[in-house]
Amino acid sequence: MTPGSYLPGHFLPVAIFLFVGIAVGVGMLVFSRLVSPRRPYREKLMTYESGITPFSDAHQKFSIRYYIIAMLFLIFDIEAVFLYPWAVAYDRIGLYGLVEMVIFIIILLVGYVYAWKKGALEWE
Amino acid sequence: MINQLIFAYFAAVIVVSAVLVITRKNPVHSVMFMLLLFFHIAGVFVLLNAEFLAAVQLIVYAGAILILFLFVVILLSVERESQAARANRFWPWLAGFGLIIAGEIALLVLRGSFPGEGKMAVQVAGAGVRDLGVVLYSKFLVPFEISSVILLVGLIGAVMLAKKKTNE
Amino acid sequence: MPDMQQIINFIITIGIPVVVLLSFILANAMYLQLMERKVLAHMQSRLGPMRTGWHGLLQPVADAVKFMFKEDIIPAKADKWVFSLAPLIFLVMAFGAFVAIPFGPDTVIFGRTVHLWVSNLNIGVLYIVALAGIGTYGVIMAGWASNNKYSLMGGFRSAAQMISYEIPMAFAIVTVALMAGSLNLTEIVQAQSQKWFIIVFPVGPVAFFLYLIAGVAETNRAPFDLPEAESELVAGYFTEYSGIRFGIFYMAEYMNMMIVSLLASIMFLGGWMPVQIFPKLLGGIPPISWINTALAAIPPTLWLLAKLYFFIFFYMWIRATLPRYRYDQLMTIAWKILLPISLGTLLVAAFMKQAGWM
Repeated sequence: MTPGSYLPGHFLPVAIFLFVGIAVGVGMLVFSRLVSPRRPYREKLMTYESGITPFSDAHQKFSIRYYIIAMLFLIFDIEAVFLYPWAVAYDRIGLYGLVEMVIFIIILLVGYVYAWKKGALEWE
Repeated sequence: MINQLIFAYFAAVIVVSAVLVITRKNPVHSVMFMLLLFFHIAGVFVLLNAEFLAAVQLIVYAGAILILFLFVVILLSVERESQAARANRFWPWLAGFGLIIAGEIALLVLRGSFPGEGKMAVQVAGAGVRDLGVVLYSKFLVPFEISSVILLVGLIGAVMLAKKKTNE
Repeated sequence: MPDMQQIINFIITIGIPVVVLLSFILANAMYLQLMERKVLAHMQSRLGPMRTGWHGLLQPVADAVKFMFKEDIIPAKADKWVFSLAPLIFLVMAFGAFVAIPFGPDTVIFGRTVHLWVSNLNIGVLYIVALAGIGTYGVIMAGWASNNKYSLMGGFRSAAQMISYEIPMAFAIVTVALMAGSLNLTEIVQAQSQKWFIIVFPVGPVAFFLYLIAGVAETNRAPFDLPEAESELVAGYFTEYSGIRFGIFYMAEYMNMMIVSLLASIMFLGGWMPVQIFPKLLGGIPPISWINTALAAIPPTLWLLAKLYFFIFFYMWIRATLPRYRYDQLMTIAWKILLPISLGTLLVAAFMKQAGWM
């Protein structure tokens, strides 16, 4: 097999289906556009703010807590990605693999405990 | 023939969206084009029979790193940034550096030889996740364990930074 | 030049499955709304929709027509492109995940062996996890693009909740992958032919429970429907959405629910395997063996669908039963309770497999 000659056949339906999904979504939007009324006026297009006239822009500086959550998520997501091939290959790598993974997880647990102690998991 | 056309499509979208990422004024729009970019990179991985890497590309890059970018961009309230001038006075220098790096890459591709050339990269390790796991957890044990230390440093750094901010 | 045979082959192997799956998804996305309204109504001693058709059977059609014909408002201050794109991303990601779901073993229909899946991906589970992760963008984009304080808050809360619960969910899935030794959904079902993973003590039930909780949180449903807590955030990230775009969000949420339920059935409840009453212990004793034979005679796909609707009913049931959590409680559950438990479960499963107890 030479490079460029390979076609991943079982991904063809995936591509087709994603395309169908986009077509269904766009189709609904287009159809609705054709049949629905459009009578905009200033008050209708105003941002909703429980009945009062909106003051200040909604795009303001936000709480840092979300940033910590995203960062923690990133770390553990990468850990999970490492775990998938390990789990699948587990019956071939055996005890050796188990010890390796325990070390890996313990190193990350140190960080987890640190984050917990520092209160990064708190949502105050 | 058809696979080269598919590859050409992926490559074209990758280049175009990469250019769009750096030219958009609104950082949130940049992130959107970056998502498109990552999707098509995953497509190239699929074409190389590296379906696990394609999934990782989506899970880690699109699903985690880019989410972090998006959070930061929105949290820092980008509207003010996007009104600033697009380039600062250093731009000729930066463009020069960029050209040099691009030239080096071009030279490498044109003149250099690659050890895996003529073979599919993933054929060496086998296409399956299982084979990848066996190789990763026996042959590349040390890099794997080191990666956990890198993750640990990232975790501690994030906590340090964030906590310093809230204590102010 | 492709000849006639190739074209026919293409239509049979890809065209028909795609069309069947498409109609299945769309019909469910419409009718699950009616099911939810009916179930909730009867749990609260009401009748629910009764006027449109027999017992409200045409209500979804009426809703669909109304979504289509309503004015689709884009607020003046909204970011128009991102606002329009967000529901589409959410929809396509929910929709695309169905490709990898196997609905039954290979079956002979009209003298032809037919696969009951559209694509049998080797990385099936990972593919679904990846798409689910990208669905988060739809939520943040909708919240940000609306330029509305409620939307932005709702979008952020929703996204933070989804990513937080993705971690225990991923660990629960890894536990299943470890037990099955595969990421391919068909192989995961086949690995359960002796014993469903939910009854592999002690890790099976724990992983199942973790997955179930994370699944409810992932789909933003009660008791984790904080982003849509109407008393504080109006409608969360889709406050500013109306007409068909709102309809798309609504449908996509039901699709996500179906995906989570299907995965739960496939990974823990043996997919399309029939229920058997103590096959090893009491399987030979007459009245029970008759029941077991009768249960095994039901077509596999019906078993999978029965499990799917059981989970969906369960979701509606807990929505009617449980009050909503507070946001800080929600985060504490994900990071301080579910995460350590899921990691522990995984390690115990690995130990058990190493010791040969599984």
